Amino acid sequence: MLYQRTLKSTACALAILGSLALGGTAQAQDAVNLRMTIWSANEAHLKLFNEIAAGFKQNHPNVSVTYESLPFETYTTALTTQIAGGNAPDMAWIFETSAYDFVKSGALYPLTDTLKAAEGYNLEEVGTGATERWTEDGKLYAYPFSTSPFAVFVNNDLIKAAGAKTPAEMIAAGEWTWDNAIETAAAVAKSGKGGLVVRDFNYQAWQYLTSVWNGWGASPWSEDGKTCTMADKPMADALTFIHDAVFAKKAIPGPGETVDFFAGNAAMTITQISRASLLPKEKPFSWDLVPLPKGSAGEYALIGQAGVGVMQSGKNAETAAEFVAYMTNPENSAKLSQFFPSARKSLLNADILKKTNPLLSQEQIEKVVISGIATGKVMPGHTGFAQIQQMVRSNLDAVWRPEADVPATLQKICGQIGPLLKR
Amino acid sequence: MAVAQENARPEGRSSSPFWTIARRDSLAGFLFIAPQLIGIIVFVLIPLGLVFWYSLHEWNVLANTFTYTGAQNYRMLMEDEGLLEVLGATAIFSAGLVIFNLALALLLAVLLNQKLAGIAVFRTLFFSPVVVSLVAWTIVWGFLLQKNGGINGMLLTFGIEGPNWLREETTAMISVIVVQVFKNVGLNMILFLAALQGVPKELYEAARIDGAPTFKQFRRITLPLISPTILLTSIITIVGSLQVFAQIAVLTQGGPGLSTTVLVYYLYQQAFQFHFFGYGSTLSILLFAIVAILTFAQWQMRKRIVFYES
Repeated sequence: MLYQRTLKSTACALAILGSLALGGTAQAQDAVNLRMTIWSANEAHLKLFNEIAAGFKQNHPNVSVTYESLPFETYTTALTTQIAGGNAPDMAWIFETSAYDFVKSGALYPLTDTLKAAEGYNLEEVGTGATERWTEDGKLYAYPFSTSPFAVFVNNDLIKAAGAKTPAEMIAAGEWTWDNAIETAAAVAKSGKGGLVVRDFNYQAWQYLTSVWNGWGASPWSEDGKTCTMADKPMADALTFIHDAVFAKKAIPGPGETVDFFAGNAAMTITQISRASLLPKEKPFSWDLVPLPKGSAGEYALIGQAGVGVMQSGKNAETAAEFVAYMTNPENSAKLSQFFPSARKSLLNADILKKTNPLLSQEQIEKVVISGIATGKVMPGHTGFAQIQQMVRSNLDAVWRPEADVPATLQKICGQIGPLLKR
Repeated sequence: MAVAQENARPEGRSSSPFWTIARRDSLAGFLFIAPQLIGIIVFVLIPLGLVFWYSLHEWNVLANTFTYTGAQNYRMLMEDEGLLEVLGATAIFSAGLVIFNLALALLLAVLLNQKLAGIAVFRTLFFSPVVVSLVAWTIVWGFLLQKNGGINGMLLTFGIEGPNWLREETTAMISVIVVQVFKNVGLNMILFLAALQGVPKELYEAARIDGAPTFKQFRRITLPLISPTILLTSIITIVGSLQVFAQIAVLTQGGPGLSTTVLVYYLYQQAFQFHFFGYGSTLSILLFAIVAILTFAQWQMRKRIVFYES
């Protein structure tokens, strides 16, 4: 009897709780919480994103946007794990390298109609070069909100202390070449500090070496992505040059060595201009920002892109698309361009960029940002990039040894990734 | 119990009630084991069944497609050229880990099985890494093992130029094994210590009277009597070695080449990095089979290697 009574009262309590919970849901059904995964945890970036979210809330009082920062190195893995676990975010940043995977898979909600319908959006001013990777069958699946050129940040204090020529001096003399850049880096390295750091490469993420090997006209695969070109002469020459700079000249910190430019420990670093926010405010050093040096194939520029897309599987995909339209409208794009340069033509002029990039000089903006975006190639990408990346990485480990046989290793890589590229 | 019996047979009821003593006892029994049982069902048995189910499918997370492909993933397993290298690395890692871990644990346990003042301090010191956060432990070792890190810095003071620990194939494997052993050796050490303290002192006394040297005493008395613990620790360590992931992910990411890509890390790459969840599931079935076979084999071997079972 006691058991039955307990059972009945438990059932009653559950029924009351259940109805309360349902009532709560009914009252809050209009509230929309959107979640966007991003790979930046930078305070200044987040402050700006939250301002944009607050601006959207003014016209959409029921919509709240939260940003979830995932670690940069494992970003795509964490994002796909969320999707696999049925916990996909409403919106997500997407790397240019994995753009093909996301755009072609149908995971993203088409944005073209929403963006075109947004008042004053003017999608037409975003060049097709910028949207190519994010478009499938004439529809835009993610908006390339960041078109950030790679450039060389310079620590003039360290270079002058080592008695070497600064990049600015070399540019003025028309001598800003890879050979001379490595010479300066080697001079600083001899003085006990780091030479030139290709940021985020870490002898793992080899795609960042594109900022160097594009100077030789090298590319890991053909334009159509079907043929491996890693064993071709330009790539062999470029990687031999890098190998020499690492092991013979010691101008680039070797594998297993960590040197942070922004802590004042290296002469130069190649990275995107969005990293200007990492420049130290306390104990600043005399820094400069210059274009990539000239390689054997002449002058070149490289841009990294980041797209923002809406997940097709989200419950509020339409509202999320409206938020993306608001976040990337001309007004907000101008605000974002202080960290993430916009591909909008109206924003690619020195006056506007100067206002949003107070850290950069007029000259730096013209020579690095505007000309970089106008002429730069996008970082390489491919369908199934993660697998190709890993296969190349594990083989390239053989190059990062003093006695490496660079051409033979590159031949081996092509033998392995060839079938994957054709897939 | 008397109160419960009264409740079970209320006045005015002559027919047998539903809640008989036997039923109530079994209900109580089930309630007691429920937390463990539910845990095993939800976190072990159901996922195991699901993994097997996934292994028969091609699951594209991005495209949200889930297609039945039968044994295709298992055929892929047989044809996977990289897998042999991965299994080789797994075997080297596990063998190295088990031998080094058990030998060091036993050595430490024998050394610490002394009645000396302050011995408890040493026992605590050697056990303390077990309770340290695994990732924090590994990250700190990552810094120490860098080319310009703490270990090479220390070696340099003796005029020795240390290797690039995590970037050479041999030293990378040795490094991940040592980092893992130092982390967990305390646990096996405590188990060995308990077993050593359970060995009757009279046996050593008798052996001493017979003139048996110390090493012979260890081989003829200690080892046979602690053999059940050796079996237990070796099973735990082998199974544990096949599940090591964080150390590889933090220290080497499976490199250089594929030299430290153990099966669990390979499985993670296939499923979570390359989005081949079906093939990743197939690899985890392979891992499950390997663990099951090894455990079964060791259990069968107990009759031959374990001399004393109470």
